[in-house]
Amino acid sequence: MTSTETGSIISLAKTNKNYKLNKITQYFGYALVWACGFAAIAAVFWILGYVLSQGFQVINYEFLFTRPAGGVSGEGGISTTVVSTVYLVVLTLVIATPLGVGAAVYLVEYAGDAVKESKLVAFLVQAARMGVEILAGVPSIVFGLFGFSLFVLYLKFGFSLLSASLSGAALILPTIIRTSEEALLTVPRSYREGSLSLGATRWHTIYSVVLPTAMPGIVTGIVLSVGRIIAETAIFWVTLGGSFYLPQSIRHSGRSLALHVYMLASETRAFDKAMGTAAILILTIIVLNLTINLVSRRLTKHISGKV
Amino acid sequence: MTSEKNGHKFIINNLEVFYGDFRALKGINMVIKANAITSIIGPSGCGKSTFLRAFNRMNDLVPNTSTKGQIEKDALDIQMLDVAELRKSVGMIFQRPNPFPKSIFDNVAYGPRAHGIKAINQLEEIVECSLRQAVLWDEVKDTLHKSALALSGGQQQRLCIARALAVNPDVLLMDEPASALDPIASLKIEELIQELKQTLTVIIVTHNMQQAARASDYTAFFNMDDDRAGYLVEYDITAKVFTNPEKRLTEDYISGRFG
Ligand SMILES: Nc1ncnc2c1ncn2[C@@H]1O[C@H](COP(=O)(O)OP(=O)(O)OP(=O)(O)O)[C@@H](O)[C@H]1O
Ligand SMILES: [Mg+2]
Repeated sequence: MTSTETGSIISLAKTNKNYKLNKITQYFGYALVWACGFAAIAAVFWILGYVLSQGFQVINYEFLFTRPAGGVSGEGGISTTVVSTVYLVVLTLVIATPLGVGAAVYLVEYAGDAVKESKLVAFLVQAARMGVEILAGVPSIVFGLFGFSLFVLYLKFGFSLLSASLSGAALILPTIIRTSEEALLTVPRSYREGSLSLGATRWHTIYSVVLPTAMPGIVTGIVLSVGRIIAETAIFWVTLGGSFYLPQSIRHSGRSLALHVYMLASETRAFDKAMGTAAILILTIIVLNLTINLVSRRLTKHISGKV
Repeated sequence: MTSEKNGHKFIINNLEVFYGDFRALKGINMVIKANAITSIIGPSGCGKSTFLRAFNRMNDLVPNTSTKGQIEKDALDIQMLDVAELRKSVGMIFQRPNPFPKSIFDNVAYGPRAHGIKAINQLEEIVECSLRQAVLWDEVKDTLHKSALALSGGQQQRLCIARALAVNPDVLLMDEPASALDPIASLKIEELIQELKQTLTVIIVTHNMQQAARASDYTAFFNMDDDRAGYLVEYDITAKVFTNPEKRLTEDYISGRFG
């Protein structure tokens, strides 16, 4: 060891020039990477700062707690759009979470056995896996058009919270299925064997050991999906409608925050209000991200038992 | 159904286990004595774990495995038993301690809960009793609601034993239960197994010859053929196997000439 080290030092001394050159390249590389990182971060903060500072000029009590007045002037606040957004998120999750987590549980825990039983099931499972992959990459407006033709027109749900959350659920299902599937796959086999070896049933094992262990990953997927629902515009433009009244039931139209920003910016002169709404939107997403971090760290800690 | 002393716990008839087309075990015929410790020794890959996992049908969980022949437990074919009931009465301890990411209490209460016991005082009683049996109670009685993952390896393994005991099995299968532990923790497990013999039938796979010689009543030596199928070479009272084996192969193995 030492002799090779000495050897390499001697050869370094011999190629002193090379060494210096290397060092310069190294510094140059560092500087470049630093600059790139700095530029990217600066850009993000500049956008954030710009939107927030512009936005906060119109944000006040009245803006938050009155509904949009409608019309091209863009008067009024955002109260009903905040409530609509909450409704939309909750309803979408209520539809998508059980379906998505259930599908993931099936794919990870049961599909393996079913596949052995019959060729048809094997084919269907394969098709489902591929479907999930493909759907995850489909632009949201395609889900919007699908929702528009199926829920709004064919099933006559009209522009409504119901149509919008069904379409939204279709949009986030691939994400929920994939993140849940990955979370379930990271649960060690030894937990499943430990549980089964005690005479617990398959379902009990999944319910009491596998799902709780996978929970941080599953929650992360769900919260990511919440972000997606808050941020999407096009899909809700063609399914939720855009009513600025408070939705009275799931059959009523509504307007999410992102949709409101879009409508203010494209149909009214109230660009300042659009900025104000955008600022609220950004704040919501920041808070959401911090919550994901906190919750999943807490959950992970809780589960790995380092509390 | 506890067998009387010197009774037969398991009777194994021409057992063969296949992973797909590969025959991992062939032609095993054995009788396992109740309330005794039987150790399984043999070179790596000869099918010791596979053999052990046949007793509680854990091999069924591996895709494409099939079993031929028969294992009788207390004179009943285990294939005919409800698999959950079978596994409840035949506990298993794995090579690596595998406590669930739950509290110590919830780990031990897991099995009873899975079998429908809900009353908290009943659970508390079972947990204390099992932890005492596993000689872990004094170390953890004040931290029952702390995570099991915070325990040391040896404590975790004893917790797994307590967890298995909590569903009141009459057999305990152990697959190299001390190989991941330091010598002192390993010795503790060994002492514990001696205690358990009073009430249980123990089948233990081990790589440690001294451990097998010291701690078991019967020893079965497995080897594998040219086709890599494992078979039983010799099976007798431990003292006999280690001091005066029938077969040359056994002697070579225990004296460390191969394996
Ligand atoms: N799930 C499996 N699929 C296919 N082959 C397997 C599987 N598990 C074990 N085998 C094979 O079966 C044979 C016996 O394996 P087993 O794990 O029972 O051996 P072992 O005696 O316990 O070995 P070790 O001492 O290394 O633990 C080996 O050849 C192994 O490769
Ligand atoms: Mg093994």
